[in-house]
Amino acid sequence: MSLNSSEAVMYNDTVVRQFSIMAVIWGVVGMLVGVIIAAQLYIPELNLGLPWTSFGRLRPLHTNAVIFAFGGSTLFATSYYVVQRTCQTRLFGGSLASFTFWAWQLVIVAAAVSLPLGFTQAKEYAELEWPIDILIAVVWVSYAIVFFGTIGKRKVKHIYVANWFFGAFIIAVALLHIVNSAAIPADFMKSYSAYAGVQDAMVQWWYGHNAVGFFLTAGFLGIMYYFVPKQVERPIYSYRLSIVHFWALIFTYMWAGPHHLHYTALPDWTQSLGMVFSLILLAPSWGGMINGMMTMSGAWHKLRSDPILRFLIVSLSFYGMSTFEGPMMAIKTVNALSHYTDWTVGHVHSGALGWVGMVSMGALYYMIPRLFGQKQMYSVKAIELHFWMATIGIVLYISAMWISGVMQGLMWRGVNADGTLTYTFVESVKATYPFYALRLLGGLLYLGGMLVMLWNVLKTTSNGQSVNVPVPPVAAHA
Amino acid sequence: MDINTLRIIATVASFIVFIGIVVWAWSRRREVDFKEAANLPFEQD
Repeated sequence: MSLNSSEAVMYNDTVVRQFSIMAVIWGVVGMLVGVIIAAQLYIPELNLGLPWTSFGRLRPLHTNAVIFAFGGSTLFATSYYVVQRTCQTRLFGGSLASFTFWAWQLVIVAAAVSLPLGFTQAKEYAELEWPIDILIAVVWVSYAIVFFGTIGKRKVKHIYVANWFFGAFIIAVALLHIVNSAAIPADFMKSYSAYAGVQDAMVQWWYGHNAVGFFLTAGFLGIMYYFVPKQVERPIYSYRLSIVHFWALIFTYMWAGPHHLHYTALPDWTQSLGMVFSLILLAPSWGGMINGMMTMSGAWHKLRSDPILRFLIVSLSFYGMSTFEGPMMAIKTVNALSHYTDWTVGHVHSGALGWVGMVSMGALYYMIPRLFGQKQMYSVKAIELHFWMATIGIVLYISAMWISGVMQGLMWRGVNADGTLTYTFVESVKATYPFYALRLLGGLLYLGGMLVMLWNVLKTTSNGQSVNVPVPPVAAHA
Repeated sequence: MDINTLRIIATVASFIVFIGIVVWAWSRRREVDFKEAANLPFEQD
């Protein structure tokens, strides 16, 4: 292929580099806050007796930092990287991409300041107050313009499946965010939800579960569909399966939210609907997992020598595991035991640390050396170390929460022959105590792995330099 | 028309569309296109 250098168009990788580096930094910050609140649950005095460092304010800081700062930056970085390369064109919109970076960082800083100060809409995963919500909406619309504009000017015929997942994630998150954040401002940084009572709860969990479905699933499946084939060096196992499970996810996810409101004032039929759709979700979820796993067939030996691939494949195992656990927990009778216990916390973390975290780390380890003109990360041994610290950390975390959660559930429902409760609440708190130490240990390991990654990334970037990659001349695609 | 009739129509129509997508995805005519699309990640760098 000859390259006419005077006309060579470069990929816009500057914004990818910015988001990739910030993803690692926000990962460390968000996980550190997670470890701090895990420590507070074990040693309550660690809240220092101050309102700004109390559990209730740091917990939303942790969830927002890991989901929207770490996960969000990873999604921006990977989607911009993937959409350019699979459309063989430079990002659309010029400096609008750069705007999405700086404005998204501003959202994160605003969250990091306002949450400890106690400003909150009190909606889980949508705590940020209305001025920040408006900024998020502006960033998100800009993101959509950059992403879909790039797809619009693609030089190839097909839209690669990863872009379908990224596209669905962008559209759905815009819809969810704008509907759930609808509020009546009462003051600067104070507002009241536009909905009331059980409708408010239903809108919130329609949002909440689809944040899991589209932010933490569809977006990261987009990552999977590009980086697994690239790292294995063979195309995805079944392209048709990818299309069918994509549409199955789209048609089903929107209805699963009511399982967060079992045995509440929500009408019974709505709860049952949510339960049934959650059960159906097992099929498309496993469709995605199987498609990723089967891409490995004939190349399983690569797992032995390639720690990046190990991150990607183990993330798929956790995806399969938590998307089996989720539908089970959505069954009303199981939910009667699991809801409000640590089991839920364990389930979320097997998805978040196992699936979202590890697929992100794998993708970042793939991209970062390439973005800085290096063949591979500064230390492959350090990737290996990170992999084991993360894996052992997750296993400790989720097994501690399973035991503690099921124990809590059983103690809370224990009834004596005369109808009185067998245990007081504080007895169940006491029983969970050792497991909170185990969870803290798991979290420390996971955070430690992330610090190893930060060191490795800094070494890689300081050894290399930013390189601009030309868009290849359009090959014949007839 | 009763709002529930509309809801039933929307649900059934969605289901038919989904079945249509499955049939479309498995039709022989898509095979070449899908193969081309699946190779897109390997054509850029």
